[in-house]
Amino acid sequence: MPEPMGFYTDTTVCIGCKACEVACKEWNQLPSTGGGRHEMSGDSYDNTRRLDGMHWRHVKFIEQFSEDRSEGRWLMMSDVCKHCVQAGCLEVCPTGAIIRTEFDTVVIQSDTCNGCRLCIAACPFGVIDINPVSHTAEKCTLCYDRLQAGMVPACAQACPTQSIQFGAIKDLKVRAAARVEQLHRLGESRARLYGADEEMLGGLNSFYLLVDEPEVYGLPRAPKLPSRNLFKSSLFSVLGAAIVALAGFVGLRQRRMEERAREEGGAGV
Amino acid sequence: MSDTFFTASPHWEWYIILYLFIGGIAGGCFLLAALLQVFGRPEDRPVARLGYYAALAGAGASGLVLSLDLTRPERFWHMLLQSHSGLPMFKAWSPMSVGVWGLLGFGGFAFLATLAVLEEEGLSWSVLRRGPVRWLARTGPATAIAALGSLLGLFLAGYTGVLLAVTNRPIWADSSFLGLLFLLSAGSTAAACLMLLATWRRRGDIETLETLARFDRRMLLFELIALALFVGSLGPVVQVLAGWWGALLLVGVVGAGIVLPLALEHRGGGPARLARASALVLAGGLLLRTVVILSSNAIHVTGTSVVQ
Repeated sequence: MPEPMGFYTDTTVCIGCKACEVACKEWNQLPSTGGGRHEMSGDSYDNTRRLDGMHWRHVKFIEQFSEDRSEGRWLMMSDVCKHCVQAGCLEVCPTGAIIRTEFDTVVIQSDTCNGCRLCIAACPFGVIDINPVSHTAEKCTLCYDRLQAGMVPACAQACPTQSIQFGAIKDLKVRAAARVEQLHRLGESRARLYGADEEMLGGLNSFYLLVDEPEVYGLPRAPKLPSRNLFKSSLFSVLGAAIVALAGFVGLRQRRMEERAREEGGAGV
Repeated sequence: MSDTFFTASPHWEWYIILYLFIGGIAGGCFLLAALLQVFGRPEDRPVARLGYYAALAGAGASGLVLSLDLTRPERFWHMLLQSHSGLPMFKAWSPMSVGVWGLLGFGGFAFLATLAVLEEEGLSWSVLRRGPVRWLARTGPATAIAALGSLLGLFLAGYTGVLLAVTNRPIWADSSFLGLLFLLSAGSTAAACLMLLATWRRRGDIETLETLARFDRRMLLFELIALALFVGSLGPVVQVLAGWWGALLLVGVVGAGIVLPLALEHRGGGPARLARASALVLAGGLLLRTVVILSSNAIHVTGTSVVQ
C-alpha cells in the first residue's frame, strides 16, 4: 500500500508563469475555453479566473495596488483540489463516483458521475465544476494515472521554481516546516502553512505556504465538512414535520368537536 | 466573511426550484389526503382522493425534473444502483442519496393509495375489481398506506432543506432552519393546491374547504415564524438579502404569499375568495424557493474576490 502523497505549494516562489496550468491541460487533454477564443478578464493579468471542469490548476494573481499605483504587491498561488483527508465532495456524492485512491487522493470517476452537482456545492474551496465535454463533474485527479506509473504529476514536473512540490505527505510537511522557519528567520513573520495540520479537514493533501491571511488568497479560514449541519438541520425538520402533522390532525379533531357541540346544541332545542 | 462565500455554485436553477415546489406540494397533499381519509367524514373523501392523485402526479413530475436537471440524465439510475456492481447505492449520511430512495418509496405509496381509491370514482376498469386491489382499499391496509405514505411525504417535503444545509454554499449552509421552513411552506402550499383543485373540479363540500383553509392559515402563521428564524440565523450572511432578494422575500413571499392570503381567508367568503388566496399562497411558495436558490447562486469567487 503506497503512503499518502500530495502537493506542498510554496507560494513565495511562484512567479505566475502558469506552466502548471498548461502542463495540466496537456496531460489531461482538457479543452480550451470558448473553442480557443479566450476572453480577457479585463480587471486582472490573470485570465483563467477560477478552477472549473476544464481548469484543474489555476494560478491565482493577488494584485494589491494603492489607488495611484505607486505602491503594490503581487502574490501568486497555484490553486488546485486540496485532496482533503475528510473530503466534503466524497462525503455527499450520491452515486459513489468520488473515491479515495490508494495514494490518499480524491478522484471523480467520470464514467459513474451523472452530474447532480452536489459535490460542487459541498466543496469548501469551490474546486469542482462540470466539464462541458464529458458533462460530468471534474477536477484535479493528482494525476492518478501518472502516480500509478510511478511518475510525478504533470504540474509539479513542469513547475520551474519548485513552487509546486510533490511527494509523500510526511516528507512534504518536514520540508514545509523548515521553509517557514527559514522565512521567519529572514524576517517574513507572516509566513504560515495552510492545511498542513490535521485540524483542517483532517489535513489537506495539497497544502500551502502563505504569507498573508487565507482570505487574501481567496481561501476559507476554517473550511468545514457539509455534514456538520446534518444533525441540527434534520432535528428542526423533524420538528417541522411534527407541527404540520399535528396541525392537520388537530384541525380535523377540532371540526369534529364543533360538529358534536352543534349536534348536542340542536338536540337540546 | 463567511467561509461559505469561497465556494462555487452548483448551477441548480429552475428544475431544482420546481422540484422543491412540486415535491413539497406532493408530500403535503398525501398527508392531508391521508388525514382526511382516516380522521375525516365521508364527505371529505372526494378531496382526499384529489390529494392522492396530486401526490402521485407530483412524485412523477419530481422524478422527471430531477432527472432532467442532471447533466447526464441517462445515468439517473446511478443514484439507485452502483454502476460498477449493480448493488444498491445508498449513503445514510448524504441527504441526496436518502432523498432518492425517499422519493421512490413515496411514489410507490402514492401509487398504491391512488389505486385503492380509484374504484370510488365509479370507473369500470377491470383491474380495480381484482383481489389485491380490493384488499388495498380495506381499512387496515388503507390506513397502513396512509400512515407510511404520510411519513415519507413529510420526509419529501423537508429533506430538501437539509440537503441544501449539508453543503458549503452561502445561505443554505449558513442556517439550520431551511428544512423546517420548507416543511411549513409545503403544508400551506399543499392545502392551497388542494383547495384550488377542489374548487376547479367542484369536489368536496364547503366544510372540507374550510377545514383546509383553517389548516392553511395556521401553516402560514408558523411559516412566518420559521422565515424570521431562518433570516435571523443567517448572521452576517444576511447582507446577501440586503438588495433585490430581500425585497422579493419581503414583498413577494411575506406580503403577497403570506399576509395577503391570510387577510383574504380571514375575511371569509366563498370558494372564489379561497381560490384567490390559494393562488397567492402557491405563488409565494414558489417565490420562496426561487429566492433561496438564486440568491445563493449569485455569490461566487472570481480570482480571489467574492462577487455578489
